[in-house]
Amino acid sequence: MIKTLAKHVKEFKKDSIATPIFMVLEVIMETIIPLMMASIVDSGVDDSNMKHIYLMGGLMFAAAGFSLFCGIMGGFFGARASAGFARNLREAMFCNIQRFSFSNIDKYSTAGLVTRLTTDVTNIQNAYQMILRMFMRAPSTLICAMAMSFVINKKIASIYLAAVIFLGICLFFIMRRTTRYFNMVFQKYDDLNASVQENVSSIRVVKAYVREEFEKNKFKKASENIYRMFVNAEKILVLNTPLMQFTVYGCILLISWIGAHMVVAEGLRTGQLMNLLTYCMNILMSLMMVSMIFVMVTMSSASARRIAEILEEEPDIKNPENPDYEVEDGSIVFEDVDFRYHKNGEKPVLKNISLSIKAGETIGIIGATGSAKTSLVNLISRLYDVTAGKVLVGGKDVRNYDLETLRNQVAVVLQKNVLFSGTILENLRWGDKEATEEACMRACRLACADEFISRMPDGYHTYIEQGGTNVSGGQKQRLTIARALLKKPKILILDDSTSAVDTATEAKIRKAFAEEIPETTKLIIAQRISSIAGADRILVMEDGRIDGFGTHDELLAENEIYRDVYESQTGGNADFDQDGGEL
Amino acid sequence: MAEQKVREFKGGGPGGPRVRGPKPKIENAGQLFLRMMKYLLKSYKWHLLIVVICIFGGVLANVQGTMFTKTLIDEYITPLIGATHPDFGPLAGAIATVAGFYLLGILASYLYSRIMVNVTQGTLKNLRDDMFQHMQSLPIGYFDTHAHGDVMSMYTNDIDTLRQMISQSMPQFLQSIITVVSVLASMLVLSIPLTVLTLVMVAVMLVSTKKTASLSGRYFIAQQRDIGALNGFIEEMMEGQKVVKVFCHEEESKAQFHELNENLFDSAHNANRFANILGPINAQLGNVSYVLCAVAGGILALNHVGGFTVGALASFLTFNKSFNMPINQVSQQMNSIVMALAGAERIFKLLDEKPEPDDGYVTLVNAKMENGTLTETEDRTGIWAWKHYHKAEGTTTYARLQGDVVFDDVDFGYTPEKMVLHNIEMFAAPGQKIAFVGSTGAGKTTITNLINRFYDIQDGKIRYDGININKIKKADLRQSLGIVLQDTHLFTNTVRENIRYGRLNATDEEVEAAAKLANADGFIRRLPKGYDTVLTGDGGNLSQGQRQLLAIARAAIADPPVLILDEATSSIDTRTEKIVQDGMDKLMRGRTTFVIAHRLSTVRNSDCIMVMENGRIIERGRHEELLEQRGKYYQLYTGNQIA
Repeated sequence: MIKTLAKHVKEFKKDSIATPIFMVLEVIMETIIPLMMASIVDSGVDDSNMKHIYLMGGLMFAAAGFSLFCGIMGGFFGARASAGFARNLREAMFCNIQRFSFSNIDKYSTAGLVTRLTTDVTNIQNAYQMILRMFMRAPSTLICAMAMSFVINKKIASIYLAAVIFLGICLFFIMRRTTRYFNMVFQKYDDLNASVQENVSSIRVVKAYVREEFEKNKFKKASENIYRMFVNAEKILVLNTPLMQFTVYGCILLISWIGAHMVVAEGLRTGQLMNLLTYCMNILMSLMMVSMIFVMVTMSSASARRIAEILEEEPDIKNPENPDYEVEDGSIVFEDVDFRYHKNGEKPVLKNISLSIKAGETIGIIGATGSAKTSLVNLISRLYDVTAGKVLVGGKDVRNYDLETLRNQVAVVLQKNVLFSGTILENLRWGDKEATEEACMRACRLACADEFISRMPDGYHTYIEQGGTNVSGGQKQRLTIARALLKKPKILILDDSTSAVDTATEAKIRKAFAEEIPETTKLIIAQRISSIAGADRILVMEDGRIDGFGTHDELLAENEIYRDVYESQTGGNADFDQDGGEL
Repeated sequence: MAEQKVREFKGGGPGGPRVRGPKPKIENAGQLFLRMMKYLLKSYKWHLLIVVICIFGGVLANVQGTMFTKTLIDEYITPLIGATHPDFGPLAGAIATVAGFYLLGILASYLYSRIMVNVTQGTLKNLRDDMFQHMQSLPIGYFDTHAHGDVMSMYTNDIDTLRQMISQSMPQFLQSIITVVSVLASMLVLSIPLTVLTLVMVAVMLVSTKKTASLSGRYFIAQQRDIGALNGFIEEMMEGQKVVKVFCHEEESKAQFHELNENLFDSAHNANRFANILGPINAQLGNVSYVLCAVAGGILALNHVGGFTVGALASFLTFNKSFNMPINQVSQQMNSIVMALAGAERIFKLLDEKPEPDDGYVTLVNAKMENGTLTETEDRTGIWAWKHYHKAEGTTTYARLQGDVVFDDVDFGYTPEKMVLHNIEMFAAPGQKIAFVGSTGAGKTTITNLINRFYDIQDGKIRYDGININKIKKADLRQSLGIVLQDTHLFTNTVRENIRYGRLNATDEEVEAAAKLANADGFIRRLPKGYDTVLTGDGGNLSQGQRQLLAIARAAIADPPVLILDEATSSIDTRTEKIVQDGMDKLMRGRTTFVIAHRLSTVRNSDCIMVMENGRIIERGRHEELLEQRGKYYQLYTGNQIA
């Protein structure tokens, strides 16, 4: 995991190395300064040597200046290294996600991906900066101060060593317990927030059923629980301070006692004693810091794991080595195709599918939810790979084509479609970057989108909000059809893409398709019989297999499912509304 | 529809861009701080008193310890030097005394940190509870006009910053102030000139902190802006990732991402750069201050000015350090305090939101018929009555709940400037089915929002069983209405509990009966654990149709006399739809029903059809009548005839 992440430090290696070096230099300076300080007291003040005081004072100024310089440089390099590391991680994740196939994408939720790219990266950025600046700093303070103490007086220094070991062991146990507790608390804490989220989004249900009190009680119970868990975790954490103080004060008192004897008997100088006391503080503080960093790093390790997961995810659909860049025509052949979403999935989604569609045909596809209509068409543009058998487009296996070529020739209007923030024209040009305004307008006429676009104040330059919230469902569907048409594909697949378009307009779109793009193979998945009744042939899907394939009249005569659906829709259950279910 | 209208004046949808400009400056930081303190004191007055005392004690013990360094050298060690038989007795006594002080200090600091754990977590818990409680009382309008993400961030981000402030910043602040004051006093006692020198250096530190902070502040604002832009882009692209794949748009989105990412790198690295150097600058200024005092103090001590001794110098230098440290700390805590106050501001704003007004006094009670008159009873009789207290006469009357609803010249707008419903007149007799048809945005959903008073009307009257709905207690009004919304919301809980949500005291048998009525029983039994299957993530593992069936069952168990239904079935295949439709039909039987209709069968079977356009009812009547009129309804109907 760390290795995966560390690879992305890249051009910031220099900064990442420079930061701790400067931090260590700063620490060395900080350790030397008290030495000079002692020298002022011992050789200067005690021996009444003003010259020595000035000399040492000057040196100390220089040391402080150099220390400042190191501190600033460390700060600069640290900021650059961590911000740069974060930048690289984000970039690497985003680029890898762009390589993801549909099945890779299915593994993660949108929110999950967003969190990884935002919050998790920020956590890592902070942790990295912390490591670079503090992780080196604290131990080196410890080592320097310890070394200096040993230089001054071995006996007293060994008191420190004992203190450090004592404190270290205690901190280790405290931290181990608290990190475990905190991991548990944060899990519960996330659950609590998830339940708030749930309440906010279902507030209409809560209010409609007058369940405010019920919700309040539910929340109160959960929040009480969180409170107790947090208190239990922090109860242990607050032992840190008294423990630390106990050790520091204990050392000070011990040193005072032993130091006093040494000053008297062994000629330890008072300045040196002062220094030892300062070092005592430094040593124990830095130990404390190490333990805090340790907690923070463990807390961010969950983020690191999530990021590494994305970075290590291998896209399972890749371009072939010597790809074909030419799609002959819009014919489609399925040969004994089996398909399942997961390699070891229990039950195949598609079983033994064989069918052949000629270029230019219009095919309607109908079937119940879960009958694998979408799965079937997704194989054509190789959004997923077949588990067995093969899919041929233009007479060649789809796995032999260059992915971009294939997907440009096989345009899919997805069931769950998305418009992006930007003008209508910009959105349309996803289909063809070079498309002229006239070409865009033509596509919109075909998709019956021009009439509402022209009614908009800014026409084709109208700005679409993120997620297309300022157009209605039917309008959105028509725009996404126009966008797909701009690709001038040999095969056009509409996956339930006119469900929110009223039947009259839908009929107009169908007519335009038949007249304007006759050579394009058209596959139309729909719920309404009226959407597909006029197709050349209709495919009836049931539970992952083909139940019937023929013209409207043939199916009506022979296919029970088709007849069922037909009757239910022309009977009392017919669709009434103008714009379908979009609201 | 309502949502679409509303979205115009809210800052982006739930998943909308989180672009927020620079953090707004807090206008009345002082007031906010005081309010926060009041909130703390409300529940933890005595706790906080002990904390303050403990902090005091801790600081004093610390100062005592530092003073000890001075006396250690001057009074205990120096006299011993050169003595042939040094007497360590006094030293031992002194050390014992100081040890006592230290012990008290340790105890005090443990006590205060331990109490602060309870105070911090308790206050956060109180805040969370208060926020949630208050949020439940807010009108639907609040949720429609506030992005859900923003509401959520109060529970997460803002509460987290407050944690930091209460548990760390505030005690540290107090500690720092006490330390500064007491150390200052001790320094003044030791040497006035050196104290002045120290203070001058502190002034330099403060100026440099301010300069650096303002430098980094500019970049922090830029950083916030760039984070917002990048996050917005990421959200949008992750949402549309499949479309990106289908259109081979990967390279373009990479390029766009790269640009935004570079911008963020620039601002983030600059912002952190300046924030990072604040520490070293102050630390070194502290060192300089230390050196200056050492040199000056050395000179003073050498020349024995005012009896200044080497030991005094040693103490002073320690004080110098402990004087600079808290100032350094306070300047670093400042940032987190400002951030926490900004969070507190948002939280208090939520707490200050006006709750849903409810002046209703007519309540819904169980009733029974006794000698031809309706009387109140405790038992659930299946008969309900409106209990109406007439203030003028001082009498109470009971009216049987029947489900008669009348709209009398109702006007409504989500904002006063823009009316969306005009002159709505309609009536539904008990048991009647009223269908609303019309295009998107005609105002169908809006009407249903008014009956249960999710929104209050601007003009006109709505009467329920002859009672103005404004007089009915909201909870009772809503209890008498069942709603099946087109977006089904489920809770993280078992299927059984989700259905029971409609009536909390329903028995398991009743739950299953309701599920059977809604045609949901079949699929529920096929779930891995049947009725005890736990649904998570808003029932994400169920299909749209199944979710709707559960919503129908939930309404069925509530068994209300009036039903508001939103038929939305476009994402369900025909066969499931038949099941859902059948469930809805069963539910509607014998109830007054307002239905936003999408199905021909529903419309045909309705007692009255309201054809809506632009917030007005333009045609009304039965199916056949309307067809004869050859108006809009006729157009809608024939336009959809299957060829």
